[in-house]
Amino acid sequence: MKTYKVVLSTSLLIGLASAAACSKKPADQSSGSAKDNGSATAPAAPAAVEIAISCGSVGKDYDSCKTGAELWAKQTGNQVKVVTSPTSSSEKLALAQQMLASGASDVDVFSTDVVWPGILGSFFLDLKEYSAGAEKAHFDAIIANNTVDGKLVALPWYTDAGLLYYRTDLLDKYKEKPPTTWAEMAATAKKIQDGERAAGNKDLWGFVFQGKAYEGLTCNALEWVASFGGGTIVGTDGKVTINNPDAAAALDFAATWIGSITPPGVLNYEEEESRGVFQSGKAVFMRNWPYAYQLAQAADSPIKDKVSMTTLPKGTGANARGAATLGGWNLSVSKFSKHPKEAAALALYLTGPVEQKRRAITAGYQPTIKSLYEDKEVLAANPSYAMLLGTFSSSVPRPSTATKGQYNQVSSAFFTAVQNVLNKQANGKAALTELAEKLDQLSHGGAW
Amino acid sequence: MTEEPADRLTRKRARTAWVFLAPMLVVLALVAAWPLLRTIWLGLTDANLLRLDQSKWIGLDNFTGKYGLLHDKVWWHAVKNTLWFTFLTVTIETTLGMVIALVLTKTFPGRALVRAAVLVPWAIPTVVSAKMWSWMLNDQFGIINHALLSLGVIDSPKAWTADPSLLMTSVVIVDVWKTTPFMALLILAALQMLPTECYEAARIDGVHPIKVFFKVTLPLIRPALMVAMIFRALDAIRIFDLIYVLTGTRESTMTMSIYARQQLIEFQQVGYGSAASTLLFFIVALLTVIYVVVGRVKLGGD
Repeated sequence: MKTYKVVLSTSLLIGLASAAACSKKPADQSSGSAKDNGSATAPAAPAAVEIAISCGSVGKDYDSCKTGAELWAKQTGNQVKVVTSPTSSSEKLALAQQMLASGASDVDVFSTDVVWPGILGSFFLDLKEYSAGAEKAHFDAIIANNTVDGKLVALPWYTDAGLLYYRTDLLDKYKEKPPTTWAEMAATAKKIQDGERAAGNKDLWGFVFQGKAYEGLTCNALEWVASFGGGTIVGTDGKVTINNPDAAAALDFAATWIGSITPPGVLNYEEEESRGVFQSGKAVFMRNWPYAYQLAQAADSPIKDKVSMTTLPKGTGANARGAATLGGWNLSVSKFSKHPKEAAALALYLTGPVEQKRRAITAGYQPTIKSLYEDKEVLAANPSYAMLLGTFSSSVPRPSTATKGQYNQVSSAFFTAVQNVLNKQANGKAALTELAEKLDQLSHGGAW
Repeated sequence: MTEEPADRLTRKRARTAWVFLAPMLVVLALVAAWPLLRTIWLGLTDANLLRLDQSKWIGLDNFTGKYGLLHDKVWWHAVKNTLWFTFLTVTIETTLGMVIALVLTKTFPGRALVRAAVLVPWAIPTVVSAKMWSWMLNDQFGIINHALLSLGVIDSPKAWTADPSLLMTSVVIVDVWKTTPFMALLILAALQMLPTECYEAARIDGVHPIKVFFKVTLPLIRPALMVAMIFRALDAIRIFDLIYVLTGTRESTMTMSIYARQQLIEFQQVGYGSAASTLLFFIVALLTVIYVVVGRVKLGGD
């Protein structure tokens, strides 16, 4: 009964509001004509529109995006509405899919992960028609990644790659150097953890990463596998390559961390949970994206000036190499947008040099525009960018291009198998054999 | 001869009844029958979220085909999880709900306040309480670990929402916390309707209270209890939000609804996911029928 009343009164309110809105127009017009001095005949400026943009919610994502969007709004006289989204990229994708598949026009500009163009491309506008060549300033690899069937469906916003964060004070105290292999990392972590715990720092752990059953675990585990020389799950030709001894060795090695240098709870951590542990001073090492650095160095951070970052360690074995999963986000314009021109203009502004520079300086987002890596102000705010350029050169892409629309199933099968190994419910070889069978089935033998 | 006007009257009444029922039937058809039929139909196609217009009819392939549901280990694992979760939560919630209801049915000072307070967990939206619990159960910062550690119950922090051997326990604890008030409320309502004579007679005869409970109270409230348990069980079989927020899409706590959602949304397999939803619907329907039939047989035997 109560709900009924609420519904009734709400609909009444809506009815009243729309009636008011309807009656407003004629009133405005009449008042306009009343003080008519010929201004009504002057060419009117293009009507201001409201553009809704869905930004991220991790770290400074929301604030930084909002500031940028409002700058654009002020310059153009339009309005922006910033829509919040889930922190997990898997959930964000699910939400975007639902909205786009139903043809909703509520959001004009979507922030999209680098692995999404293959999945969502058909719902986005070709931005080449609006960009006037602006895409040429960005890294070619990302533009190639964002081009689906000749359409540029997303503009690069910032780029990401996995990094190893460490506590400089603890490494100095135990006279350890930043590790270059995963084995060194584990040994150093164990040594410091044992030493500190004996000294009374009981909650300290050696290493945290993103272990929840979601896209983040795929990124983490791909780094382990690739650094041991185990490939990228599916090759560029679509062949399933994951079932190999190097990949199995990588996962088996990672499984030894759980409960020893890594809290068992890591299997439910996303980026922000692992940052929570690291930033509150409870971990020696952390694998995370570049965004965590400025937050760890913020004035209220307990580990301010005690943290540094380096490239992710190499694996062991004959095929070992450095590997960091390529991440990063783009901006795309929905083809259901009611104001495609303004929405594209907003996307172009936010991905343009002025805004990318502002975000690099104020929030540490890695530009996708090559020339910004030579910009003095950017480099002064981010002395580590020279090192990051090196990270990008050793980055591994997730197999989203080869697996097309089925990437999510591949990723889900992969992180489920990885969790089974980390939980010690299966060893690397057994889990990967089963995974390879499943992927072969999904792809009909690599045809995708 | 005298029957005719009465007959006409009955027919007229029936017509009036249909007129009054029509709006409800139309609404039901729109909000219940149409989505259900559409889901069943989609389950027989290979529809994909990104190419909904290109879906084609594939018969029962989503169920019995080579890669169909019935051959998917993960699906059967989800079925097992769901039934186990349902059994555990309904049993515990009924028992606890009964105890709480028996206490609340007695008159004591402040009873109205306690009755209202008991309902609080049930009144909080599930997503909110699940998120709240996920922080309380956090392995590093959670208050549960902190409390248990300082009481000396555990010697190292437990990963409640990550360790596969603890996941189901955590989920059941949160569901029991949340839904016991609902059971208590329904049982309390039944208790309030009981005739006082039986109890007076029992008191005069000096029957032990425990015997009174099993011989008088329980048989009398059984019909209401059955309804409450069916309600709970059907709800528990469809469990989604609480588990999704607490542990995400993990195989060790994957239920049928979470499986269906993953296929529908994350994997864009509208056809296959609809097939899973259809199967979930039939399982719920089947269990309801079994429960009602078994319940009626037992009642008749009394």
